[in-house]
Amino acid sequence: MIELYGIQKSFDGRMVIKDIDAVFETGRTNLIIGQSGSGKTVLLKCVVGLLEPDAGDILYDGRSLTSMNKRERVQLRTEMGMLFQGSALFDSMTIEENVQFPLSLFSSLSPLEQEKRAHYCLDRVGLSDSHKLFPAEISGGMQKRAAIARAIALNPKYLFCDEPNSGLDPLTSITIDELISDITKEFNMTTVINTHDMNSVLTMGENILFIYQGEKTWEGGHEALYHSDNERLNEFVFASTLMKRT
Amino acid sequence: MALFYHVGRYSLLMYKTFSVPQRWKLYFKQTWKEIEKLGADSLPITLLISVFIGAIMTMQTQMNTENPLLPRYTTGLVTRDTLLLEFCSSILSLILAGKVGSNIASEIGTMRITEQIDALDIMGVNSANYLILPKITGFVVFIPVLVVFSMFSGLVGGYGVSLFTDLITPANYIYGIQYWFIPWYVYYSLIKSVVFAFIISSVASYYGYYAYGGALDVGKASTNAVVNSSILILLFNLVLTKLLLT
Ligand SMILES: Nc1ncnc2c1ncn2[C@@H]1O[C@H](COP(=O)(O)OP(=O)(O)OP(=O)(O)O)[C@@H](O)[C@H]1O
Ligand SMILES: [Mg+2]
Repeated sequence: MIELYGIQKSFDGRMVIKDIDAVFETGRTNLIIGQSGSGKTVLLKCVVGLLEPDAGDILYDGRSLTSMNKRERVQLRTEMGMLFQGSALFDSMTIEENVQFPLSLFSSLSPLEQEKRAHYCLDRVGLSDSHKLFPAEISGGMQKRAAIARAIALNPKYLFCDEPNSGLDPLTSITIDELISDITKEFNMTTVINTHDMNSVLTMGENILFIYQGEKTWEGGHEALYHSDNERLNEFVFASTLMKRT
Repeated sequence: MALFYHVGRYSLLMYKTFSVPQRWKLYFKQTWKEIEKLGADSLPITLLISVFIGAIMTMQTQMNTENPLLPRYTTGLVTRDTLLLEFCSSILSLILAGKVGSNIASEIGTMRITEQIDALDIMGVNSANYLILPKITGFVVFIPVLVVFSMFSGLVGGYGVSLFTDLITPANYIYGIQYWFIPWYVYYSLIKSVVFAFIISSVASYYGYYAYGGALDVGKASTNAVVNSSILILLFNLVLTKLLLT
């Protein structure tokens, strides 16, 4: 379980995240939704500690992020996996080496076991025959999957995904969404996902946090999504013609 | 004000960079790669430029000192000392600032904007140490080799002029470059080049590491890296000359 208390963050005097509280529960897919530029990425980066929030605290199963020393943070990071908006695979390494990289640094596995584990993760995301290719040589959807494989290599307790299906076709995005949901259940992880894709919201939104211009504006499950009387949320949810018809 | 900001942030980055590598084996592997990429790959251009500058300097000096009262060693001596004192360290470093500096800044900058650096951080890797330290040590260790090669090829260039033109006889040239040779000049040059190599690699890393935005910003970062490291080289050239030669 991850708890957020009063998270604030500003850049050059401009408040990007305004006092957000939230609880992300274990074994569930927690979604952060909002328009482009609403501050989803910044919030997620504050949660994982890539950005220092100006105020507030984050508790990882009771452990406070802000009062951790360097060593405890490194330890916590080995329990985290993150999928970035642009995949962020290391382009000087092959797919296999990318997945093996965190293992070689932070696991006590022998090189052979590392390789086996990397192959297992790649099989899990359906990339069993692209091991030796470089990120530039595979498609965007495959890069996302490889990045998921890398994120789960160390068997993380916490999985963070920044727009896992941006730039993908609807079919591939559904595959990715399902993959993330399945993995979350399979390994009982605390998963937090940023998205502005309504499809994903409907298929995997168990707990949804809607942010508008850096403020938490609404929170709930996806069944409640349609019946809210929050104007901003309705604007967002019913923006696409597809949604209007249903 | 901006100067203080940059100096402060640069110092903090260097503090983060100069820590004990998490995995020595990985560090040596990376350093070896950088020696190849930043150092050895700069050898051809170093040789080419040095031969030509050596040749031209010999021609110019000879043509401008056609006074029978001047001793016969003049041209060789002037060429040699200019090469040893200034060209093979300062001017060569300025040229390498363009090649190596822009290479480093654009590589690290691209990693920054494609979130590869965030991906390293989230794994618990000290990204500054992992990415920057091998570049700095690799380049600093290899630049003396470049300087020595530059000295030799510069002198060879001058010798070529004495062989293929009738501006100066080979005997006079050889006599000149051996006349009143001061070994300290070589050390002075090597010391300077090591400092310059540190400036080039660390300043370029700094601009790349803090790039923010898109491809355009990576371009800006690498321009900034080249311009500012060149200015620093000129400045430190003055300081070091005062310290080491007077
Ligand atoms: N390092 C930074 N420096 C200055 N401003 C920043 C920085 N990072 C983000 N911002 C600003 O914070 C705001 C929120 O950005 P953020 O990337 O969180 O949006 P987002 O909700 O993830 O959008 P998208 O859906 O397009 O990814 C933007 O206005 C952006 O300009
Ligand atoms: Mg984003």
